[in-house]
Amino acid sequence: MWRWLHPYAKSEATFALNQKILPWFLIPGLLLTAVGLVWGLAYAPPDYQQGESYRIIFVHVPAAIWSMGFYVSMAIAGLIALVWQIRTAELAVLAIAPVGAALTFISLFTGAVWGQPMWGTWWVWDARLTSQLILLFLYLGVMALYVAFEDERAGGKAASILALVGVINIPIIHYSVYWWNTLHQQSTITKVITRFESPSIAPEMLWPLVVNIFAFMGLAAALVIMRLNNELLRREIHRPWAQKVLNSGDKENSNAV
Amino acid sequence: MQFDSWSAFIAMGGYGVYVWSAFFVTFFCIGLLALEAVWRRTKLRDEAKKQQARQQRIEKAKRES
Repeated sequence: MWRWLHPYAKSEATFALNQKILPWFLIPGLLLTAVGLVWGLAYAPPDYQQGESYRIIFVHVPAAIWSMGFYVSMAIAGLIALVWQIRTAELAVLAIAPVGAALTFISLFTGAVWGQPMWGTWWVWDARLTSQLILLFLYLGVMALYVAFEDERAGGKAASILALVGVINIPIIHYSVYWWNTLHQQSTITKVITRFESPSIAPEMLWPLVVNIFAFMGLAAALVIMRLNNELLRREIHRPWAQKVLNSGDKENSNAV
Repeated sequence: MQFDSWSAFIAMGGYGVYVWSAFFVTFFCIGLLALEAVWRRTKLRDEAKKQQARQQRIEKAKRES
């Protein structure tokens, strides 16, 4: 496995791989987003208690799930950067952080505009909402630490350490609704994985939600790939392969692998 | 289709402001990140061009001196 993985420590190999896999995330992401939006907004039935307001679920839940999923992937990149001193992994941390921060912000914002009509408040300091807010601060902290040092490598190292330490918050977010008495409801979908229970949502609502979860994964992954490629080009702008890519207007750099 | 008319669709059973602001902010954020990535690439392309022009100027000056 190491023999297979090791070439990807080289920037041009990672760049070429990224260019190849980008359409496989971007195109399904866009298509599923279109399907999920129309299905969720127009065709899914209204909720018997919440009426049409529950349709916020179709952006709230995917954003919240991937705000945590991308945090874990960022922490793994940070671990690789720290243990094997692979600079591309540091750039991956920098590429993922703003996308994850955006997802976290989306989950908090859509939660607030859902909470106002349903709970009668935009915000409460319950365990779920507070731990999710801390996740946003962790993302912002990683972004800030990365650029806080004169030497970019020192910043990358510090950001990787914070990303790694912050992983402790992920199980806290997930289990907060079980460990504490929260205004936020308990798990509907992810308990399939963590508690081996079937999802507590009608199939007519579950399926468009699943479509949106995969749509968000595709879009967010595509954004991360685009950002990582930009970072690779920025760092290696003096090297011939990067100059070639930038001159050719982004035609695939296929002879690098 | 769960809605009889466009106005019913926009109204979202009285929750229109909440539902539409949630969807708007979501795709505004995602769109902003996408635009930033594309804009960044254009910037890098300009930067590369500038560097190459500078390199050529330096080499030309070396040859002529």
